[in-house]
Amino acid sequence: MRRAVELLTDGEWHRLHWASPLLKGGIAFVAILAFVIGNLRERLVELVIGQTGGPTGPGGGGGEGSGDSGRTFGGDPITAIYETGQTGVAILIVIGVLLLAIAAFALAWRMHTFRIGEDAVEVRSGVLFRHNRQARLDRIQGIHITRPLLARLFGAARIELNVAGQDAKVELSYLGSSQVDELRREILRRASGVQRAEAAVSAEARGVVSGSAVSGSAVSTGEAGILNRRVNELLGPELDPAMAPPESVVKISPLRLLGSLVVSEFTVVLLLVIAALFVSTVVWHRYFLLFLLLPSVLGSLGYYVRRFSKSVRYSIAATPDGVRVGFGLFTTSNDTLPPGRIHAIEVTQPILWRPMGWWVIRINRAGHASGRGSSSAPHTLLLPVGRIADVEKVLALLLPGLASVETQGLVLAGLTARGGGAAGPGAAADSAGPGAAGPGAAADSAGPGAASVAASAFSSTPRRAQWLRPFSWRRTGFARSGDAVLLRTGFFWRRLTVLPLARLQSVRVSQGPVRRMLDLAELHFTTISGPVRAELGVIDRASALTAFTDVSEAAVEALRADVTHRWAV
Amino acid sequence: MSDAEGGGSGVSDEAGPTRRARRVRGSRRLAHDGEWRRVSPRYVGIEIAGSFVTGVVLAAISLFFVYVFGAWFGWWMLGVSLAIMLVLLVVAPRRARAIGFQLREDDLLFRRGIMFFRIVAVPYGRMQLIDVNRGPLGRALGLSDLKFVTAAAATGVVIPGLPEAEADELRDRLVALAESRRSGL
Repeated sequence: MRRAVELLTDGEWHRLHWASPLLKGGIAFVAILAFVIGNLRERLVELVIGQTGGPTGPGGGGGEGSGDSGRTFGGDPITAIYETGQTGVAILIVIGVLLLAIAAFALAWRMHTFRIGEDAVEVRSGVLFRHNRQARLDRIQGIHITRPLLARLFGAARIELNVAGQDAKVELSYLGSSQVDELRREILRRASGVQRAEAAVSAEARGVVSGSAVSGSAVSTGEAGILNRRVNELLGPELDPAMAPPESVVKISPLRLLGSLVVSEFTVVLLLVIAALFVSTVVWHRYFLLFLLLPSVLGSLGYYVRRFSKSVRYSIAATPDGVRVGFGLFTTSNDTLPPGRIHAIEVTQPILWRPMGWWVIRINRAGHASGRGSSSAPHTLLLPVGRIADVEKVLALLLPGLASVETQGLVLAGLTARGGGAAGPGAAADSAGPGAAGPGAAADSAGPGAASVAASAFSSTPRRAQWLRPFSWRRTGFARSGDAVLLRTGFFWRRLTVLPLARLQSVRVSQGPVRRMLDLAELHFTTISGPVRAELGVIDRASALTAFTDVSEAAVEALRADVTHRWAV
Repeated sequence: MSDAEGGGSGVSDEAGPTRRARRVRGSRRLAHDGEWRRVSPRYVGIEIAGSFVTGVVLAAISLFFVYVFGAWFGWWMLGVSLAIMLVLLVVAPRRARAIGFQLREDDLLFRRGIMFFRIVAVPYGRMQLIDVNRGPLGRALGLSDLKFVTAAAATGVVIPGLPEAEADELRDRLVALAESRRSGL
């Protein structure tokens, strides 16, 4: 195994897995094959049973070649060939085309090479139009490994190195399955700067040794070797993890996942649509709605299957080179996020999940795919469903600064509590329940909660903000914790947004005429685009200005202290 | 709301004390201290031209409604669009004056707007690139727009109406500042 990687990362050009053309064109191959076989079956059945179309009729099940329609060729090329007796020519043509295709694929495969150097990975591809792409290793935003079902049969896997930018990624599909894991480890090791530090230390050691000179070459190399090994032991992140795969900190049972998918707004909409369909067809006998909506209703069932199969067997674990998320049933994937690649984190709770106490975590990360289907989009769903304990664990993984005890209280306050410190007793909102009928009244009558102490860290919003946020004004607030900003919003859809200061792009405070009348302001934190939007719609004007000054200074400070682009140095 | 009319009167009287007094009284306004650098006074020309174009387009749409559809509200629309144009023209100098920026030690501060006021702070290290654009009118007036682009599309810091030499100098300075404070994404 070790040798295989050294082979791949020796800075020379390498080719992909031999089955890659087959796997990449897999669907097309299967489709063509299915078409040919589907047609031939009719022929074969006819050949075996005889020329009478009768027996094949039911067996064909509406097949195009059976019976009398076959005599008129029915637009089917194979029937036509069969009828005109040019079978030999046709077979020759097919074989010729196949050979040509195979030759073309083989040529493309031969011309598709990659190399992994000390600082960059480079890919060359294309036969007529040559294409060369080089990506710097320290700019890598994440490494995604996918093993589709078909590729797993061949022991192959796809590795994707994401860098920031539109559709900016280096994709190596496919490589040997075990090679891929080793390759990721080696790439992350080089990106982390361990090697650089190592080289510096060993060069220093060599200098020292050669300075002391006389003692003989055998001793000096031995000494350097020991030093190297020490450095490796100290800095080499994948010593033990290489032996034991990291343990997931969160377990999601398939049942809970299924529940989280079923109990969702999507289901509510779906049920409404189905009810509308039922009423319109059965009660009113109008069928146009059925034709209009039935396909999308059936399609939405596929949505459940897709979401489920993409999130089942979920695992998240800390590795020395970042957070690793794994998921998938048939097509398994795992995604490694090196430290400092997360731009914003959002913990939300849809109102329907409140009785269960479930939450979902999404992140903003660089490297957006340009809408080539959801499969190539970067994975932003970091926790499909989890309880508060799971949320805390995952947050601690994503931002180690949030792991301390007092910030845990802050997170808890951000998730469930309402109200600021002095703005009255903050009620533990869990007691409010899901009551969609009269949530406002329920919230007011809820008793003083235990979380009110921790909630004091969140800024409070003045009462006059209820003109703009009738329900959520008491939850709207922000807090600072070391190297992150926490924003708390939402009454029905509770939301806690956590922003690492070192990744903040800019801070904006703004005020329109309505907010000016109410002596309020808006506070926006811009990050890289993604599913998470970080903004406070209402905030007291004075505290907005304080926060603006405070956060913009802290962001500069965090930026200066940030070393995550070479995280191991 | 009172500020909008204040904007109208602000054109006529420029006297310092009254402005200061108004700021203290209307304390609900966002304000940030520091030495704000203003854009070129010639930029008012671009604002005026912009207001004029807006008014003409709105008026054309209203006339279209009047003559093609014979809509009853067409004349009202025309009146409203002319009123909008008038207000924009009157407020134009103040809008130009409202644009300001500060080069602080580690970040760029930018403010804009009267009715919809905003202040943005962008650390220099966040710069991805800087655009300097010149429109036809700006070229005639010798002005450039400077756009500070970060990795987030929503940052949107565009400093309009800088004299060409100043824009180029500012660009070079910002690039140098960003270079000295560079970091990852």
